Amino acid sequence: MKKNKVAWKFGGKAGEGIMVTGLIFSKILSRGGYNVFDYVEYPSLIKGGHNNYYVRADANKVYSHLKPLDLLVALDKLTVDLHLDELRPGAGIIYDGEKVHLDKQNLKRQDVNLYPVPLLRLAEEAGGKIMRNTVALGASVALTDYDFNILANTLAEIFKRKGDKVINNNISAARAGYDHCKNNFEGFGVKLEKIQAPERILLTGNEAIGIGAIKAGCKFYAAYPMTPTSPILHFMAAQERKFNLVVKHAEDEIAVINMAIGAGAVGARAMLATSGGGFSLMTEALGLASISETPIVVVEGQRPGPATGMPTWTEQGDLQFILNAAQGEGPRIVMAPGDVEDCFYLTIDAFNLAEKYQMPVIIISDTHVAESHVNVERFKTDGVKIERGKFLSDQDLDKMGTYNRYQLTDDGISPRTLPPQKLGVHLANSYEHDEYGYASEDSEMRTKMVDKRAKKLELAQDEIPPPPLYGPSDADITLIGWGSTKGAIREAMEILKRDGLSANYLQVVYLNPFPSEKVSEVMSSAKKTMVVENNKTGQLSRLIAEKTLLKADYKLLKYDGRAFFPEEIIQKVREALRVREVL
Amino acid sequence: MVERKDFATPVFPTWCPGCGNFGIWGALKNALVELDWKPEEVLIVYGIGCSGNGADFLKTYGFHGLHGRTLPVATGAKLSNHELKVVAVAGDGDGYGIGAGHFLHAMRRNLDITYVVMNNEIYGLTTGQASPTSEKKHKTKSTPEGVIENPINPIALAIAAGATFVARGFSGDVKTLTDITVRGIRHKGFSLIDVMSPCVTYNKINTYDWFKQRVYVVDREGHDPKDLHAAFAKAMEWPNLDGKRDRVPTGVIFETDAYPTYEELDPSLRRFGAPVKRQLGVLQNPDELLKEFY
Repeated sequence: MKKNKVAWKFGGKAGEGIMVTGLIFSKILSRGGYNVFDYVEYPSLIKGGHNNYYVRADANKVYSHLKPLDLLVALDKLTVDLHLDELRPGAGIIYDGEKVHLDKQNLKRQDVNLYPVPLLRLAEEAGGKIMRNTVALGASVALTDYDFNILANTLAEIFKRKGDKVINNNISAARAGYDHCKNNFEGFGVKLEKIQAPERILLTGNEAIGIGAIKAGCKFYAAYPMTPTSPILHFMAAQERKFNLVVKHAEDEIAVINMAIGAGAVGARAMLATSGGGFSLMTEALGLASISETPIVVVEGQRPGPATGMPTWTEQGDLQFILNAAQGEGPRIVMAPGDVEDCFYLTIDAFNLAEKYQMPVIIISDTHVAESHVNVERFKTDGVKIERGKFLSDQDLDKMGTYNRYQLTDDGISPRTLPPQKLGVHLANSYEHDEYGYASEDSEMRTKMVDKRAKKLELAQDEIPPPPLYGPSDADITLIGWGSTKGAIREAMEILKRDGLSANYLQVVYLNPFPSEKVSEVMSSAKKTMVVENNKTGQLSRLIAEKTLLKADYKLLKYDGRAFFPEEIIQKVREALRVREVL
Repeated sequence: MVERKDFATPVFPTWCPGCGNFGIWGALKNALVELDWKPEEVLIVYGIGCSGNGADFLKTYGFHGLHGRTLPVATGAKLSNHELKVVAVAGDGDGYGIGAGHFLHAMRRNLDITYVVMNNEIYGLTTGQASPTSEKKHKTKSTPEGVIENPINPIALAIAAGATFVARGFSGDVKTLTDITVRGIRHKGFSLIDVMSPCVTYNKINTYDWFKQRVYVVDREGHDPKDLHAAFAKAMEWPNLDGKRDRVPTGVIFETDAYPTYEELDPSLRRFGAPVKRQLGVLQNPDELLKEFY
């Protein structure tokens, strides 16, 4: 009996409502007290192909997906063919026995249970074939022995706006799938009880960034649609009526970043989001934000490149590009959230840092962290502060007499003024400039201005928290990662611990300024080190080598467009520690 | 009352002696004085090129951005504080070449921004290559055997793209140009003021004399800028596809107050006013945001 945990996958063609159905399954498990992680795989098309939605729920903490599936819902034969190997022995497949013919004798796997459910017929009987997925949800709840009422209540809430008839039809459809399974099948040893747990919110990294931005007082958001960050645009646009926020879908990414700079220059907290392709178009203006000392927050959700690459899949291939993008040596702060909570809290930090240090702050995410749902307890915002950095009041300006926008100060930070402050008139400039802002090619002034901008980054380094180290400090191996590998690494650590192996994990959150001291310290005292990255060339390894002159003992790299499975990390750790047993 | 000297800076203009941009600079200052706009009330966004170098010569809040990107910066600023008076200044390479995409989209948006394009029909700051407005057959450093393409017709483009005020000026006629600039700035909505600005160093064809022989002011011939079809006809007089170059219409070619501005229609600006004026640091109720995620 596998109690209070399940790994479930729902597959079919694009356009068949896979995303909505999967999210409902995640939601009902979250509402029943479970820890939930989900992610989707889908091609870059609107109809056809193959989409699937994976949900993992556990009474204990879940950080990531895991390989073996307990239950597969297959809307078509292709789903069975593609995912049969992922099923654990004794797992179940729900499919429409009246539409898809599966013969256990001819199936590659004999150790799985087949649950033919007349999905389409039951949906039509309940009021329409569109509810086929709802029938499958009812069947999934029955076979996992879960609480039907949670599903019924959730359906009622989701379809509230569509009226009682739609609600009742959907509940009937779910009920029909549920009853069909209860009446015809024994179940396959998975039991999900309702669990007492604090109320949690279920959201993606994209949504957490959006919420964080609004909490931080974002007043201007611009974007051009691009997977995987378009959902931030949708989220922000939906908030425009509720909050004092202007959202602009601009004509291209060059316009996007220049608009954000225009907004930042007149005092609005401004953010934009894109992916590598859009960011490539933005590079010149990234330098403009650096030299004009205009605060902006840039979200770069990575996906596999180069060029169009694999638009809907995941990769961490843009780190070195982001660190070095744009001509010249313009300062920028670069941070990489690893999960939903990081996305929320770091976004708020990003806005504060952008204004305090008057430079672009780049939040690097990727498809895996941007689109996967995780449920977490409500964000704690008691300690959240808004720090706008140095501004001059009209009284300050009166006392000063003359104002220089780029005044050379000890710490490199020149106080800002905003229109229409009478004595704060200035010129912000993409040319190298003097203290007022007038273009200057003077050798001494150039050197001073370059030094001034660089100094701000040194100052920021003092404020930025060191990278967190998870797990025991004397672990047998230290895993080092950045961004979305966090979930798989932490999941792997839990499993290794159960197997008597100890690993710890250094999460490099800030990539620039780079926390050389802490990384050196951890690496020097580690027994073994392994850098885990979703790219081909080991971009974090290269950065560590550049900044600390240290080389990790092992590199674990993956660049097939998929996120790491914890099992892949475990296997490499076992190899590194020369542990023979294979999981 | 503001005076011309309120807009003066310590930087001595670096344009070539006789450059057409001086006339535009003068007319812009005249217009600001006539409108009684104080330096702190105005944001002028500049691009890169000889036109953009004017950033150092005019004292207002200024943003000297990238080549071709004046309008997006102006748009972001205007959307964040629509009470600010925003003027964008570009050149023909800047505005109609590398920045052509932004030009079209800014016009269909109809924000209350005035766009002054210093059009010398040549790339001046990069020492004399053909620009999008260079005439056919014009021999330049990048087209030694003459330009093959048709020149862009910014006036016709603007009317088609939804600009609600479209004018052409000539920097050799500062008085008319001042009038046009005042009207353009006063107009509520996107105003294009394309100004023919002779480049005395690199454009030996479209000189002051060349323009003086051809320029006329449309008002004086009874042109009605509210008449869309008449405006198109004026727009197509020059530059045109048949290569006739006998008359160059200047003045207000098209003007309409029939359409609301973007600011008037934006759901957030309408409801809450200028974003920058709302206090930051007061965190909004999280429950409202988190409701949909349970």
